[in-house]
Order: sequence, then structure tokens, then C-alpha cells
Amino acid sequence: MSISQIIDGKRVIVKKPELLAPAGNLEKLKVAVHYGADAVFIGGQEYGLRSNADNFTLEEMAEGVQFAKQYGAKIYVTTNIYAHNENIPGLEDYLRGLESVGVHGIIVADPLIIETARRVAPKLEVHLSTQQSLTNWKAVQFWKEEGLERVVLARETSAEEIREIKEKVDIEIETFIHGAMCIAYSGRCVLSNHMTARDSNRGGCCQSCRWDYDLYKLEGDEALALFDETDDPFAMSPKDLNLIQSIPKMIELGIDSLKIEGRMKSIHYVATVVSVYRKVIDAYCADPDNFVIRKEWLDELDKCANRDTAPAFFEGVPGYKEQMFGVHSKKTTYDFVGLVLDYDKQTGIVTLQQRNFFKPGDEVEFFGPEIENFTQVIEKIWDEEGNELDAARHPLQIVRFKVDREVFPYNMMRKGH
Amino acid sequence: MKKPELLVTPTSVAHMEQLAQAGADAVIIGEQRYGLRLAGEFSRQDVADAMQVARKYGVRVYVAMNALFHNDKVDELSDYVRFLAEQQVDAIVFGDPAVLMTVREVAPHMKLHWNTETTATNWYACNYWGRKGAKRAVLARELNMEEIIDIKHHAEVEIEVQVHGMTCMFQSKRSLIGNYFEYQGKFMEVQQMKYAKGLFLYDKERDNKYPIFEDENGTHIMSPNDICIIDELGDMIDAEIDSFKIDGVLHEPEYITEVTKLYRRAIDLCAENREQYEEEKGELLARIEAIQPKHRPLDTGFFFKETVY
Repeated sequence: MSISQIIDGKRVIVKKPELLAPAGNLEKLKVAVHYGADAVFIGGQEYGLRSNADNFTLEEMAEGVQFAKQYGAKIYVTTNIYAHNENIPGLEDYLRGLESVGVHGIIVADPLIIETARRVAPKLEVHLSTQQSLTNWKAVQFWKEEGLERVVLARETSAEEIREIKEKVDIEIETFIHGAMCIAYSGRCVLSNHMTARDSNRGGCCQSCRWDYDLYKLEGDEALALFDETDDPFAMSPKDLNLIQSIPKMIELGIDSLKIEGRMKSIHYVATVVSVYRKVIDAYCADPDNFVIRKEWLDELDKCANRDTAPAFFEGVPGYKEQMFGVHSKKTTYDFVGLVLDYDKQTGIVTLQQRNFFKPGDEVEFFGPEIENFTQVIEKIWDEEGNELDAARHPLQIVRFKVDREVFPYNMMRKGH
Repeated sequence: MKKPELLVTPTSVAHMEQLAQAGADAVIIGEQRYGLRLAGEFSRQDVADAMQVARKYGVRVYVAMNALFHNDKVDELSDYVRFLAEQQVDAIVFGDPAVLMTVREVAPHMKLHWNTETTATNWYACNYWGRKGAKRAVLARELNMEEIIDIKHHAEVEIEVQVHGMTCMFQSKRSLIGNYFEYQGKFMEVQQMKYAKGLFLYDKERDNKYPIFEDENGTHIMSPNDICIIDELGDMIDAEIDSFKIDGVLHEPEYITEVTKLYRRAIDLCAENREQYEEEKGELLARIEAIQPKHRPLDTGFFFKETVY
């Protein structure tokens, strides 16, 4: 299938990639779908790689699947641990459960889980996780012959390598476009096991790669410091991935699914990143030959960034500028302060759920899939009973105030600081 | 009682001969273009020479092709596999399915050992790769004794376990040492320093030293301690584990030879005269402690450790 066609004298993209978003809980799932994700990946109570995340019960998954269906979106469940013997009992029931609630597919690394799913839950699509660190076309060919529908490539693969893989093997390719990533080949790092006795390949990763170390050289029995006292310590913390500039190239390569990382990330992060990439993909596909990246999209991504970002391996070999030395994170410039529940067009009054402190006089920004971003200075704030408030102080408190432009449920309000 | 194979890592052909004399049953060799974290670099000529030594001593030779390959090396895999088949090496060690596919195409009778280092964590996965053509699975080092023995009970393939030496904790494609020197502005020193020997990362909180090095496959970070279970071999010998490996990466050849001799003695005693083994094992351990480099403490790896997640 060709990627583009000429329609009415204009080239348009006919093979639009899936935009795949993370969701750590049901609310984030709904937001991801509402903000334009074509598919969402979530974790269950077991067999996933974020044992610290909220993670979904089967009931929540069922609700998520039903919600996603209304939008034509799919749900994938990460079951990408490398299992130990003790994880085998219970696996069959778990996979049958996923199939029974209508989950579309699972993301898997361990052949145990691949083959068990085939046997007991054959309706589930099986996608090979990036934990397998797939870096060449012949390995991809192997997994195609094993009957997998899709593979997630290693984050170490370049655009040129993906082009060749696409040419040689007819299988769906999923790649990461945004978010935090391993600095090691995924699945090939057990720092966490050695340093904290937490199993990285079963969801216990303590992110030892984000710590500082001192680099020495052994000369006989003496250790020679390879840094001065004023130098930043040795670090191997990667900047977060950001491939917004490469989306056109990725679409032209025919990559089937573009994946945003971050099941541990906030609802604000999910909404912001999904909505930006939704706009980029849609704009490029509608008119690829006149497409430009808009500055407001870049600014928007920056509003929720936890770290500096870089394109990593897709555009070349990352050097020291794609790592972080001396700093561990960057302060986000915006707080998520409220979620729109309702808006009365007659009165211009919004009903909103408080997510962070705000007060009259604050300048806030609204954003969401139905609206262009706009700023608003908040005047009087009332509670549900109509009592005027000096500030919206309480988490999840329902408040009302006037907003000049129309807003819609699930729109978000953020505040700079 | 069935004896496990004693598998060791020579640093050169000459060293391989010493290891054979020290009692090794098998060796793992190769070159970093295809294999990961080898004790020595063996060119094709070295492999041919190693086969001569192997025939003389009746030692088996396994060649490492367990790197993660990018497209650029896929086409040359078949040439190397053909070469190894001509040399009649005893097995090829692989992690990347591209190697398995290549062997099927050009040397279907070649034995394969599956070794990804970190992902052989359950018996089902071992048997899966067995059904795909592997004769042996090399277990992840992050397993405990009970898990290892349970895997062996369910295994349809040979099981190899590392009993001594350093293990790899981390592999990145990035040039992490080179990048640090560049970040420090020491551009002139990068090429010279990034391949320097004896580099380690110091972890203040744990007072650990992690060896770190770069090669063609990226940056590797190694465990702070050397596994040594020369005095704890009984359960695995009873379970008929097929191969015990001593990994000598980043160690001196004399050290590897001495450790090989001691494990030879330990395995023979443990299999043939358990009482004598129990009596002597403390001394065998003491003899390893005596030659252990100062910066490399011994421990028992994950054999008796509880891991959570």
C-alpha cells in the first residue's frame, strides 16, 4: 500500500499511523482517547513493567475498552515482564481475563507469554515489546514467522534501519516518539537487581541509571580519579525522547504506530502530549507538501516536559548533548489546576474540578481538542452552593467561575509559575 | 554421578592450552564483532588454531555470536557461520534471532546455545528456544538456586549456569565513557580514554566499584563482585545441571587458570566423593580468596538472594 495519493491535484497521506498513548489509570485512559489517541496501552495488576503504577483491575479495563470503543480506539495491555517460574501459575487465567473484557492486544517480551496467549486467548493480538531490543530486519522476520502481528523496535534503531526493516519484512512496526527511555538496550539491564535487589525486568526498576557515579581508573591497586573536584559526576541519564520534528519522516517511512511513553505520567502530561502529536499527524497527513511544524506545538510540549528532550537514535548516534550531567530533571513551567466538567453557554460559567490551588486574579490557560489555547484571568470563584471563595483550595473541589470563551468537558486549565 | 561440563573463557590460544591442562572441558571464544564481553579476542585464524588445541585435548569449543545486531551486520553473519561450520566448532552461542535464522539457512546441523544473558529466567522460555533449534539455554545470573534447579527439572535443553566471575549488569549502544570525556571538554583524550583498561564507576552509597568498558557493541557495566560458589556446588550437581561456567572477562589469564584448576578439583570431588568435597571445599574457597584481586570482592551472586519487584 502506498503511503500517499494524489487527490484533487494535491498529495495527501492515506496511510495514517496510529497514535498510541500511555495511561496509568482509567481517567488517563479516557483523557488520552478524548484528546485524540487512536490506541492506549495500559498495565494490569500483574505481568507489566510498572509495579509502582496504579494499574488496572479487570473491571476498569472493561470500562476502558467500552469507553475507547465509542471513539473507535483500541486498548493494549503491557504484559512484558521476563517471567520467572513463580509467575507461570495464574498466567492463563490472567490472559483469558484480558480477552474476555475485549482488550485488543497485548505487548509481550517473554515467549512464555506469547505462546500461552496464543493457546488460551487467541483473540488477543500479540505485539513484541521493546524489551526484546529488536534491532535488525532478520530478527523482525523471525518474529513475523512466529505469527506476531506487530513488533516494537528497539529505541536504538535509526530511520535508515527502520526503512530497511519496512522494505524487507511485511509486519506492523511500532516505534517510540516521545517520553523517557532506557539508556541501556531494553531488557539487557539489571542494574536495579544488583544495586537494590529489585528485578528490573519484572517491573521493579529503581532507575539506577539516573544516579551519579564517579569515574576512576585502576592503576595497580591505586584508583585514579578521572574528574576534577569541580566537574559534574559521571552520569548516564538520557534526555527524554522527542521526535516531533521527525514525525513527517516517520509517516513517510510507513511506520504503523507512533508511541508515547509514560504510564506513570500525569493526566496533564498525557493530554498535552497526545493533543500536540494528534495535531502534527493530522496536519501532515492532510497536506504533507506544505507542512511546517508550528512553534506553538513545540511550546506546548515544553509546558509539560519533566526533562530536556532530544531525538536520540532516530536521527543519528546520540552524544553527550543527549545526556544529562549535573541535573536530574527540569522544573515544569506549568501546573495542571483544573478539569472542565461543564460549561453553560448562556451564562459563560464553567463548572470545573480543582486539581491544584488557584485564586481570583490568576491568569490561567485552557486547552483541549475542541479549542485553540487561550488565556483567561479568573475573576470571582464560587463553590457548588454558590458561595464565593477566596481561592480554590481543595483537591477535587467543584467550583464555578466565568470563562469568556466556550470550553468543553475534559478541557484542561493550567497555570504558569 | 553425572558431572557438569566445566566451561571457561581463554584470553588467547596459548592460554586455552593452559586451561585445557587445568581441566577445562569446554571453552567459549570469539571476537567482539559478533560476541559480547569476551575474555579474549580470537580472530578467524585464532579460532582455527583453537580447534587444533581442542582436538589435542578433547576440549569443546563454543563461539560467541550473542551480540545484538543492527542491519549493517546481518548480511555478514552467514559468512561467519559458514566459517565456524567449516572449522567444526561445537556450538554457536546466540541471543539475537537473526543468528538462529542464519544458522538454519547455512549450517542447519550446527548446535546452538541460547544466551541473551538477562532474559533466560523461566523454564518455558528455555524450552521455547529449544523448539526453535537451541540445544542449550544459558540462564540469567539473576536467578536463585531454587529457580535454577526448578528450571532444570522442567528443561528439555541443556542448562548452563555461571558459577564464577563477573557478570554484566548493563549494555548501552551509547558511548557513555566517551560522552563523559566530551562533556568535560577533554576532546583530545576521548579516543585514548574510552577504550582504557581498568575503568570503574564508584557508587558511594553502596561502596561498590563497577567495572565499565566500551567496545564495538557499546558500553558495558559489570557487577561489583565476582560470583564464587566453589563451596556450594552440591545441589546443582545433584540436579544434573549440564554446564558450569567460569567467566574470566577482565581477569588475568593466570587467575583464570588457577580458578579453573580449583573448580576442576571441586567438581570432581563433589561428583565422586561428596564427603571429601565437604571436607575440602572451605580450603578451595580459601585458595580462591588468596588470589582474588583486591578490588574484586567475592560473593554468591543471586544464588541465595531474594529479589523483589
